[in-house]
Amino acid sequence: MSAAMRTGAQIICEALIRENVEVLFGIPGGNIMPLYHALWEYHAHLRHVLCRHEQGAGHAAEGYARASGRVGVCIATSGPGATNLVTPIADAWMDGTPLVAITGQVSRAVLGSDAFQEVDITGITVPVTKHSYLVSDAHELPRVVAEAFHIARTGRPGPVLIDVTKDAQLATVTPDWSQPLDLPGYRPAQVPHADSLQAAADALSRAARPLILAGHGVIQSGASDALLAFAEHTGIPVITTLQGLGAFPQEHPLSLGMPGMHGWVHVNRAIQACDVLCNIGSRFDDRVTGKASTFAPRATIVHVDIDAAEMAKTVRADIPVLGDARRALEALRVLVPTLDTASWRATVHALRAEYQPRQAYVRRERIAPLMPYDVFDVMHETFARRADWRVVTDVGQHQMWAAQLLEWRRPGTHITSGGAGTMGFAIPAALGAAIAAPNDTIWAVVGDGGFQMTNQELATIQQEGLRNVKVAVINNGHLGMVRQWQELFHSRRYSGTPLSGPDFAALAHAYGMMGVRVERVEEAAPAIERAWRHDGPSLVDFRVDQGANVFPIVPAGSSIGEMITQ
Amino acid sequence: MKEHTLIVLLQDRAGVLHRTVSLLRRRQFNITSLSVGHSEMPGISRMTLVVDTADVTQVVKQLDRLVDVLVVRDVTEAPSVQRETALAKVAVDEDALFALITRVRDAGARVLDVAGGSVVVEITDSPVRVDAFVEDLRTMGLRELMRTGRLAMMRGEVEMSRPQAFREQGDGAGEEDAA
Ligand SMILES: Cc1ncc(C[n+]2csc(CCOP(=O)(O)OP(=O)(O)O)c2C)c(N)n1
Repeated sequence: MSAAMRTGAQIICEALIRENVEVLFGIPGGNIMPLYHALWEYHAHLRHVLCRHEQGAGHAAEGYARASGRVGVCIATSGPGATNLVTPIADAWMDGTPLVAITGQVSRAVLGSDAFQEVDITGITVPVTKHSYLVSDAHELPRVVAEAFHIARTGRPGPVLIDVTKDAQLATVTPDWSQPLDLPGYRPAQVPHADSLQAAADALSRAARPLILAGHGVIQSGASDALLAFAEHTGIPVITTLQGLGAFPQEHPLSLGMPGMHGWVHVNRAIQACDVLCNIGSRFDDRVTGKASTFAPRATIVHVDIDAAEMAKTVRADIPVLGDARRALEALRVLVPTLDTASWRATVHALRAEYQPRQAYVRRERIAPLMPYDVFDVMHETFARRADWRVVTDVGQHQMWAAQLLEWRRPGTHITSGGAGTMGFAIPAALGAAIAAPNDTIWAVVGDGGFQMTNQELATIQQEGLRNVKVAVINNGHLGMVRQWQELFHSRRYSGTPLSGPDFAALAHAYGMMGVRVERVEEAAPAIERAWRHDGPSLVDFRVDQGANVFPIVPAGSSIGEMITQ
Repeated sequence: MKEHTLIVLLQDRAGVLHRTVSLLRRRQFNITSLSVGHSEMPGISRMTLVVDTADVTQVVKQLDRLVDVLVVRDVTEAPSVQRETALAKVAVDEDALFALITRVRDAGARVLDVAGGSVVVEITDSPVRVDAFVEDLRTMGLRELMRTGRLAMMRGEVEMSRPQAFREQGDGAGEEDAA
């Protein structure tokens, strides 16, 4: 074998190193074994994290990507290994998370014969991938891996799948690293057109009641500083979507908070009243807009997005600005003068005073010794004293309470499954985030339902020695968010929502972690402190009231003008 | 809902047709007709797509977003020629044969085969005229029918096949970074 020759599996490893990959999350099996065989040689450059389920590996790669801003990588074998990745791939698709998934496939000679562990994973994932490759010729690997990373991280980021047949992993060839990317049909927009920027600037300059809606795109394009500069220069108040939390410092006087189904009343009212709404990098998800035809009825809508297909998809885009959020904001800062927004801000602040964001969550006498929002209040206080934390939430009531009640200051500190709403996301995603941000404390905030979907990854957290993962289980003995809908909209028929579980603190002990149970509000702060200070992963099982609800709420399909506040 | 005719140029790669059709199905765009084949450029296929939709710009943008799609163009309002082909088998006795052949000739169609009481005819014409001819055949003993999807080509000096040129002039797509 000549010095330049490599197996397909070695080429994959070297291609990953060329993409500056440092960590892979995965589980081996028959048709990906050649890649694992090669990983052994490259372990100094490529850290492999053995997860306990491929879904965990996929979410871990997502958490890594969201915390680092880099492409997350996960690996699985063919068949069931690959299908277990479908949920995280779909999750990454919905939230625009850069992800490269590498799966083993049966050898070319038996492709299509229903061979052992053969599954058409490129076919299965067509609707939820930006692109995918089935590689059966090792010569293609340098180009394919480079293209996959390029596609995953550019434009609206997203998942790309590389399915590699076993014989291609085993084949020995001389890799050609000079192959150029061959993507003539892929040209993501970058620089917004001057005309569209001028149109946006004109609309904003004339506005009396302007509003900025900041989404995930602001974080992904590294535009938080540009947003702050633009908002401060123009005086336009800023609202942040669930995935945009952290894009704008929430303690800032111009920050109004989160809109949408569980957004604050004053924010939704401001949207309904504003005359120019400047959406930067949010895709107008229905959880934000409510009934789209009634959304922002008085506003000229400026929509800055990197993805042309998001323009006018759900909400009209009166002035589309196609391109990168940071470039658009930097340009708009020059084009839009300082505006007089004082009376508009006063109006919104008066609304905020009337509909106190936290009003539904005030501790009253004779309620349960521990309400879930007590926990978030305490967390908020504890977190306010520190800077080095990130929170990964799962899906359900706790996710909304966290979004509402914690103070989001920095991009990349709020990580959640938004578009897909994937229960089971938090624990594995926290493990990925903990690797990406070793100097931060990563709090996984999770319901007792979602926790029981993927808590096997606590073993991975232990095996990897990730001391910076802390878990807060908001344990309400129910699939809480569904229970809430049943209470409000399904005549209190609690069908399939009461939920039992093991003693989670004891479970934590079984995994070798610190675990404590909290049943009274006064125990919460010391428990959080203890968990935080503990030199190792820890878990706090908060036994909260079982009937608490998230407010305000816009009933699904209604206008965001119609909120239930109590 | 309105019928739109789109011309799509795509990289001739594994799975590209699957991705295209999957996208249209998933987004609930109704395909009325689809034909795909080689273009004048090696490695690039050309598709004519007829969709019934109230929001054709979404269809265009969603298709354009596919990595292997090079050009998407809605030619519904553009000056273009559109053709479909149909093969039809008609059962006729000797007496009716002459009438059929006259009809075929009037319609600008062709008789391809006459055997044992049945005739195979071919028509290539605009979709409306193919429709009309097929309706005629139904009254004359139509037994089998196979129609192709539509083919469309713009008239005049439009350079449909130069993806780059189209990209740069069209659809408000921003410029790309030098990188
Ligand atoms: C994988 C998955 N299955 C089902 C759902 C539907 N669902 C949304 S919220 C929810 C309840 C979550 O309960 P829990 O994890 O206990 O959190 P809580 O709402 O009580 O905070 C369910 C079942 C989902 N989002 N994801």
